[in-house]
Parts: sequence; C-alpha cells; structure tokens
Amino acid sequence: MSIVTVQLGQCGNQIGHEVFSALCSDIRGTHGLCSKKENESYQDSCQERFFSQEQSAVPAARAVLVDMEPKVISQTLSMAASSGLWRYNSHSHFCQKQGSGNNWANGYCVHGPRHKEAILDLVQREAEKCDRLGGFFTIMSMAGGTGSGLGAFVTQCLRDAFPSSFLLNHVIWPYGTGEVIVQNYNSVLTLSHLYHSSDALLVHENDVIHKICAQLMNIKQISFRDVNQVIAHQLGSVFQPTHTAGGGSGYSRNPLGDVMEALVPHPEFRMLGLRNIPQMPEPSLPYSSFSWPGLIKHLRQMLIAKAQMEEGIDWQVRAPHPGSSIPSTNKPLHFNTSIANLVILRGKDVHGADLGSFQDPSLYTSWLNPQDAFNAWKTPRAFNKYEKSASLVSNSQFLLKPLDSIVGKAWNMFASKAYLHQYTKFGIQEEDFLDCFTTLEQVISSYTNL
Amino acid sequence: RSGDNGPGIYKGKICSLKARALLIDMEEGVVNEILQGPLRDVFDSKQLITDVSGSGNNWAVGHKIYGCQYREKIVEKLRKTAEHCDCLQCFFIIHSMGGGTGSGLGTFVLNLLEEEFPEVYRFVTSVYPSGEDDVITSPYNSVLAMKELNEHADCVLPIENESLFEIVNKIHQMVSSGKLGSTVRPNSLVTSSAGSAKTLQEKPFDAMNNIVANLLLNLTSSARFEGSLNMDLNEISMNLVPFPRLHYLVSSLTPLYTLADVNVPSRRLDQMFSDAFSRDHQLIQADPKHSLYLACALLVRGNVQVSDLRRNIERLKPSLHFVSWNQEGWKTGLCSVPPVGHSHSLLALANNTCVKPTFIELKDRFMKLYKKKAHLHHYLQIDGMEQSCFSEAISSLSDLIEEYNELDATKGGPRIDSSRLKIAV
Repeated sequence: MSIVTVQLGQCGNQIGHEVFSALCSDIRGTHGLCSKKENESYQDSCQERFFSQEQSAVPAARAVLVDMEPKVISQTLSMAASSGLWRYNSHSHFCQKQGSGNNWANGYCVHGPRHKEAILDLVQREAEKCDRLGGFFTIMSMAGGTGSGLGAFVTQCLRDAFPSSFLLNHVIWPYGTGEVIVQNYNSVLTLSHLYHSSDALLVHENDVIHKICAQLMNIKQISFRDVNQVIAHQLGSVFQPTHTAGGGSGYSRNPLGDVMEALVPHPEFRMLGLRNIPQMPEPSLPYSSFSWPGLIKHLRQMLIAKAQMEEGIDWQVRAPHPGSSIPSTNKPLHFNTSIANLVILRGKDVHGADLGSFQDPSLYTSWLNPQDAFNAWKTPRAFNKYEKSASLVSNSQFLLKPLDSIVGKAWNMFASKAYLHQYTKFGIQEEDFLDCFTTLEQVISSYTNL
Repeated sequence: RSGDNGPGIYKGKICSLKARALLIDMEEGVVNEILQGPLRDVFDSKQLITDVSGSGNNWAVGHKIYGCQYREKIVEKLRKTAEHCDCLQCFFIIHSMGGGTGSGLGTFVLNLLEEEFPEVYRFVTSVYPSGEDDVITSPYNSVLAMKELNEHADCVLPIENESLFEIVNKIHQMVSSGKLGSTVRPNSLVTSSAGSAKTLQEKPFDAMNNIVANLLLNLTSSARFEGSLNMDLNEISMNLVPFPRLHYLVSSLTPLYTLADVNVPSRRLDQMFSDAFSRDHQLIQADPKHSLYLACALLVRGNVQVSDLRRNIERLKPSLHFVSWNQEGWKTGLCSVPPVGHSHSLLALANNTCVKPTFIELKDRFMKLYKKKAHLHHYLQIDGMEQSCFSEAISSLSDLIEEYNELDATKGGPRIDSSRLKIAV
C-alpha cells in the first residue's frame, strides 16, 4: 500500500526532503543485520510505500510539494535530483510568488480557495499512480502562514475528496521563544481546524528536537537541517515497513490504518507524540551496544515521566498502583496517563524483547481494555545504522502542557486584540478565533481529565 | 559578479538590469547626476519625473501644487512599472521628512499608492530632521508628513542623520586608530559602497547613505536569497505591526565592520547580537533596551545557525522589556548569503516605545514655530491648505504619542494573565 506525502510550506518541504533522503539511505544501507530475503522484502515494501518507479532508473517520491513562494521548492527539487539516488517528480509541485506572510488567514481564506483545484489535481495524479492508496501524510509547521493556513485548508479538501482514505498530519510545533510573533494565533487556528478534518496529528516540537541535537547528538552549531534530520529519522523509525502483531509473514500492508487503529480509539483524542531511542552521533554507533531490556525500560520511563529525551529522565515518577487501574483523580500530577501506546522495535534479536511492562493497566485510562490500549510491532531488520532502535508513538498527556502553554499565550494576545486586524483583513473574524479557542480548551480539558 | 575589477566589467551585466524604480524630484540636479554617473544604465530615463524650481522646503507646495500637477503622470508611470512585475508585493518609498518635495510630494505619492494599489504593501524609509537642521520649516513639513505616514503607510523605518553621522564617526575612529590591533576589512564597513558599482570618490553624505542602502539590502535579503528560515517583506509587516497605527520600526545594523581574521569565534557572533540592542547602533536616537518592546525581528545573514540565534535570544531576553501580551514573541529569519565583504550580519527591527522621544521632540519644535505662527503664511497661501491641516496633523501626532504613553505605563507592571475560557466537563 502506498502513502502520498503532501509537503506544505518551507518547513514541510525541508523536512519532506530529509524524510525521503533518510528512507532511501536506509534501504540502500548494508546495516540491515538480517537475511538477504528479509532485506529485499523490506526494500520492496518501502519502495512501494513511498516511491514510484517509472521508466527512468531513479525512483520518484510519491509526494506533492506546495509553497506560496518559489525558493524552497526549487532548492528541494534540485537537492533531491543531485543526490542521484531518488528524485521528486518534476511535475508534482505547486508554487506561487507571494508567500503567505505568516498569516494563517491569508493561507486559509485566500490562497486555499484560489489554488484548490490545481493542488488537488496534483494530489489526485499521485494517488492514481498508487496500486493501492493507503492514505495521505501531510507535513507542515503551524507557526507560519502557508503550512499552517493553506495546510489546514488542503487537509479539509483532502478529507472531502477522499472521504475513506486515512489522513495523518505531521505538525511541527515552533520554539517556545518565537520564530514568528503571531505563531500562537496561527497554531490555535491550525490545530482546531485539523482536529475537525484529520484522523490524527503526529507532533514534533522544535524545542525537544533541538535538545536532542545539543545533548545527545553533540552538535555544536545546530542548523535547521540538523533538526530536520533528527525528525526524519524519527519518522522513518515509525513508517518504514514493519510486521504488525497479527500478520505473521510479510510487512504491514496498511501502515496509516494500523496507526489509527492502534492509537485513535476515540475522536476526541487525536494528538500523538513520538519518542525514539537511542539517538547518538553516527561515529559513536559502532562503539555502542544496547540491550532490549535497557531500551524498553528507558522508553517506558520516558512515557510515564513525560521525558523529552533519553537524558534527564525523572526516575522518581512511578505508576500509582502497578498492575491495577485506578480512577484519574488519584493519580500523581507528574504521571503521564495514556489512552493508547504503540511501540515499534527494529533490529537484532527483536523477537526476544519483552514489552509486558507497557501493558500495565495503571499506565492507561480506565475506559479501554489494557490489551487493546497497547500494540507492539517488531522487525528484525535494523533501521538507519542503529543495531537496535525503539520508537514510541503515544496518545497520552505528552502534549498537554505544551498545548496548554500555546493556548494560554494566544489567549493573552487575543485579550489585548493585538494583531487581530491582520487576520480580519483576510476574512478571519474574532468569532472564528473564539470557536478555535473553544475547540482547543475542550481538547485540553479532555486530556487533563484522563 | 566576477570580481573586484573596475566598473567596466559590470557594464555587460548591468546593462540588462533595470531598476524597478521611479525617481521624482522637483529640482533636476540630483537626478541628472545619477543619470550621468555609473548607474545611468540602471535607471530607465522614462521613469523620471522632474521639474526645475524645487518645492522651496514647503510641504504644501510639494503635496498640493506638484501633487495635483503631476498626479496623472505619476500614476501612468507607476502603472507601467507595475505591469512589468509578475507579482508586485511591495513599494519602498524613500524620502526625507524635513523638506518640501520628499516630504510633501512624497506623502502625496504614498496616498496615491494606497488608492491605486491597495493590496500592495507600502514600506517607507523616512529621514527625520535633526535638532540643528538648517531648514527652519522642517518641523512643519515633518509633522504634516507624519499624519500621512500614520494613515497611509504599512511600515515606517525612521532614520535620523545624527545617528548615521555618529556611526560614520565611530567607524572612522576604529579604522584610523587601529586600536584593536587587527585590521578592518575595508569592504566590510556598513558605510562602504563596496558591493555597489560606484566610483571611489565619495561625497559627504555618501557614507551615511550607504548605511541606509545596506539596511534595505538586508531587509530584502531573505526575499532575494535562499535560507533555512525565510523572512519575506509581508511577514515583517504581519509580525511587527500589532495595531495599525503603531507601525514605526527602529532599525539597527551590525556589525559595523568585520575584522580581517578568517575565523569568527562564536563570542564575536554573540557580540554582534549584543550590539544590535545597544543605543549606538540604532539608526535613530533611541535606546530600545530601556523602553518597551511590542515586537522584535532579527534577520541574520551568513553562516549563522538556529542554535546561535536561540542562544542569543535566551541570553539577551532577560535584559529587555516586552509588553505583557507578547512576552516571548520574536520574529526570526536566517538567510544563507551574507552581505558583500561580510561573513555574517544582523538586522534588528524593533517596534519599541523608544521612538516616542523622537516624536515628542518633533512636536515641541513644531509648537515653537506654530505658537508664533512663524512662516505659516507660506503654507496657508497655497490652494487647498487651511489652518485645520495643521491642527489635524499635530493632533494626529499627539494621539500617536499618547498611544505610546499608554503602553509605557504598562511597563514593569504585574503580569496579569487573562482568565481562560471555561469548559463544562
């Protein structure tokens, strides 16, 4: 089954490029640590999922690039082409000259409707190239104008045009001390709209990834490229082919569907966080070795203590009564309650890895059967040069605090009416803002009361 | 561009480039000089509007008389230039406030742009008169022009000659004293025209004007070159103008010069960020550090990465005062290509209450003349000018000052977070 990726705005396009690069380099690598047959199966599955092979030898990414100004797309296309290993389809991009000016309303109310047909046409063409369409994966930031505003509009259009396809939005949350002054407005508008049209939101926070770059990857002068490469690695660790629990042989044929089934049992809860360990500078890899029990233990503690990365985990946080489910009001404040979790393990001796500790009912809310709340996917084929790699995709209170912070800052600004004239100019009124705030306060309340 | 040879080499390339510009002056001297200089091929001789007698340092002559007289011609030439654009995003208006043409006719053109091209952003670079200005009526001209800027500009970048002059002196001292022991790269001076096609012989205002030229280059760099975090011109307006009338942005350019060392340790990079907030580097006489920030933008060029930006924002933030509803709001841009002769540079744009003193002084100078009705008849005798033009203009300026006063009053006060919406569980 194939996934069509829609790259939106500068962030979406820059990350998208790193993702396809990482996928390509992973399948070409000799680090698989598995049988030749397994490796070939993995390669074929990845190729089908993310690339189309036409007459020319170089595979083309199943992607549509969208931006309201030309510089980034032009760079992205040429970077891919110069790699010699993969490329973008030369016709699968749409750009304008103006940009969206960091204005969500401009992206949503003006650019969206104006360019809807052209963009959907491109997506339709990519979708038709797939033997079996597994759904859409959109990449966008929520701080700017195009990824956020136009992205929200395009998501809605995709939902209307492909009502039975899965739709996963990868959303980048900006640095807390701003990249864009109106980022909190743009974020509130984006998240509330996506909540109504997307199946799930998979979130990466710039602050978190930045810390990983600084403290785990030891990068001195961190560039956006470094940040994007870590993000691409983490996404690859989730979306590269895996065996799901049920399917004995062969890789999962429905990756997005499997994610939704595993993690989104209830429409009110759509926010997914992602953690991946281990993470370290490439030169250190040959000198490091890991054990599954060690990795699993760390990952579990990262989950319950809401740790952002493998360093600085708070080991004091414990599940209230291991082995039993207790009502939400009795749970300690710092403890992260989950709705559902998905752990993906890749690498050597993976079948011996014991994930029983993730099935502990005290980790979860009481309204789901713990067996249904937890899923594990295991693959012996190692990923991206890591002998062992463990990822956690979590529908839990991971994002509660950051979300609350964004809504709080946006509300403060809204109360003073600052910048509102910039939005009303393009068609977003105060009532529209209020609706969005209401939606998100509802989401916050739901997650708080788990 | 092929190297440091003389203007001859540029000829081939420049001939094919035409400035998207309209040159307007009611005297011929300056424009004629441009047309005889090395840039003559860059400007289209059809895109000029000149007259002979000048505006006599009278805003009313520029705005009312010449405005009326040249309106059609200006519109026609603007339309022509606009037609050559695939996508017209913004107008830059460059003028001074204290004279007659730049101030009067300039603001007339500003009005015209709003009428004819309402969707296109209007960025105005205005040179404000200094205290010792030798044009007696400059306060009148400036205040009359201010009303137009208040009402019709999207963004204004005020510039004061005093500040430019001080920066020029500072560089001159640094270069001639050789204090730091290392030599300064001459091309790297923010006052140099190294990146341009001009001849070596420079006139008194040239160094100062180059600073403003470099300001505009940096402002547009992210729209012209690639980078990991682009910052377009419409984003500047969006992020830095929280309320329509508060659109005056204080700018600073750093570094003023680059030392000739090849390696630039991060300490020097950090110094560049610190300097951007110091009084000495602002292009008007203002001290943003001790006033209140409504918004701040940092556009970095060259080999500077997001971690350098973050580190410096974290470092400098505690010493700056931000308005309560925008405590952590920064607009940042990273452009990969540095200015000619530099390895990196920083443009800071601040929407900050430190513009207030400039406006208050302007008001005071205006009132000194107005109370005595000095020179007023030169204005009132112009068709279309009445006493109300003056009273409305000073009222507009007073209101603006009052808005800044109200914001200043909130400075240092307790941070009160508005109570959030309550959701029924």
